[in-house]
Amino acid sequence: MTVELNIQLQRDEFFLDAYLSAPAGVTVIFGPSGSGKTTLLRAVAGLERVDSGYISIDKANIVGQAPYKRAVGYVFQEPRLFPHITVLKNLKFAQKMGRMGGGQDVDEVIDLLELRPLLSRYSAALSGGEAQRVALGRALLSAPKCLCLDEPLSALDHALKQRILPYLERLRNQTKIPILYVTHDASEMARLADHIVLMQAGRSVLSGSATKVLADPAAVPFLGVRAAGTVISGCIMPPDPITGLAIMSFAGGQLILPELSQPAGREVRIRIAAQDIILATEMPKGLSALNIFHGVITDMHQGQGPGVMVQFRVGQTLFLARITQYSAGKMGLALGKTVFAIVKASAFDPAGIGT
Amino acid sequence: MSWYTLSPVEIQAFTLSLWVATVSVVFSLPIATGVAFLLARRRFWGHGLLNALVHLPLVLPPVVTGYLLLVAFGRRGIFGPVLEVLGLQLAFTSAGAALAAAVMAFPLIVRAIRLALEAVDPKLEEAANTLGASPLRVFGFVTLPLILPGVLAGAVVGFAKALGEFGATITFVSNIPGETQTIASAIYALLQVPGQEAAVGRMIGLSVLLSVGALLLSEILARRMVRK
Repeated sequence: MTVELNIQLQRDEFFLDAYLSAPAGVTVIFGPSGSGKTTLLRAVAGLERVDSGYISIDKANIVGQAPYKRAVGYVFQEPRLFPHITVLKNLKFAQKMGRMGGGQDVDEVIDLLELRPLLSRYSAALSGGEAQRVALGRALLSAPKCLCLDEPLSALDHALKQRILPYLERLRNQTKIPILYVTHDASEMARLADHIVLMQAGRSVLSGSATKVLADPAAVPFLGVRAAGTVISGCIMPPDPITGLAIMSFAGGQLILPELSQPAGREVRIRIAAQDIILATEMPKGLSALNIFHGVITDMHQGQGPGVMVQFRVGQTLFLARITQYSAGKMGLALGKTVFAIVKASAFDPAGIGT
Repeated sequence: MSWYTLSPVEIQAFTLSLWVATVSVVFSLPIATGVAFLLARRRFWGHGLLNALVHLPLVLPPVVTGYLLLVAFGRRGIFGPVLEVLGLQLAFTSAGAALAAAVMAFPLIVRAIRLALEAVDPKLEEAANTLGASPLRVFGFVTLPLILPGVLAGAVVGFAKALGEFGATITFVSNIPGETQTIASAIYALLQVPGQEAAVGRMIGLSVLLSVGALLLSEILARRMVRK
């Protein structure tokens, strides 16, 4: 299934003009607050009227259709559980109302999101994270053709977010419908995104596969300097027999990750922030850093500030490093030149490690 | 005949009052719920007008409301010919008494239900909508269960109001023993004649019994709702 849209709508001073094409998997819609992410999502669900354009699910236009006929599941920032019935009845309600009927099995969803201990409770007796998991399950059970998640974790604290993210990853890996995921949290995006659409001031400014967009220096102004960084996918290897440190192998080399506690053989993705990479023109010696790679510069992008984004390739994997213009000039960095990249192992954000 | 024995006319007044109050609430409740929903949830042309119209019986002198009912539904009234075709007579009948009581109770019922509706977060209805529930199902499965205590409260104040309605009723349907004489108009009639203290006392006792009974019943229902 694919969701495609090209819509325009005007609300007072705000104008939304967005295009996107979301295949199965997670498409993260990323942008600062006020950039139109939520409005875009609400338009897909039919909760916001569009002035012109089309929204299609599997080539069928749904503009003008009442929200309840669209089969677009929606998880809001707040759980919005029905307070007068139990968790189980909330789930059953969704299953009954989702017209296609043949949606997911209640027990399957309950197991996927580990809802079993909550079933007989009312929403007032749930914690924020539990309630949001139920809301997610409820949306899944309505047999949606497309799932919209509108900053579902924004109301939760950091620790709770880390506990919910694995559920979302499991959901992504198990469902075959497009998931539109709105967030302004870069680590959430890095963990979940298969595709990324960047929004700014009501417009979709850049889109593409997550690895491509995150490694694109031109995307940095929209992501923000701190959020810039590439996502590397790889496989966990058995720990180094001598040092005992965990190793991840990727297309281009091996990363040593002291803080990683994942079993060998597991596919993982990790985010490496652009500001955590140091570049050198010669092989550095006598360094404490464990990860040093040999790469070729493939792109350079000058921002408005004093920094410059350098994209380089190690094997088949693209990295992004942020250094000052002054350093870049002094080192004589240019397209096609060879660099050595030093990545501090402690720089890996454990929150950015996903499966 | 002891002092507490009810005369046939008094029994008729009692059963008529009960009938009038029950019928007026039963008929008003669904309409009032619909009107309250429109007023609380929808914005449309004439919203303010509808709101004013609903509240009119609350602010008009009851006698004026009764007179307007006569102008509208009397035999020579605006809708008189229509009612005649339907074979319905409202002026000076018990059905008319129920109509007068319903009109007077209507604003109170609407207000109670509207308050309950406004306490329901429309975001819940929106969520139900995205789960595939049509507006009617959203109302039935989400909104209505949540406003049920308010509907019950509306029914109780409406019942009490209908039970005590006097001004509009006596103007519209007069005070005919056995036909349109409710407890309230019976007490009024009895007070016009000297030496009827015992009868007045009996009627007052009956109205207290009815009111307290209605209150108790609603308490029991409300408790049962909360337990659920």
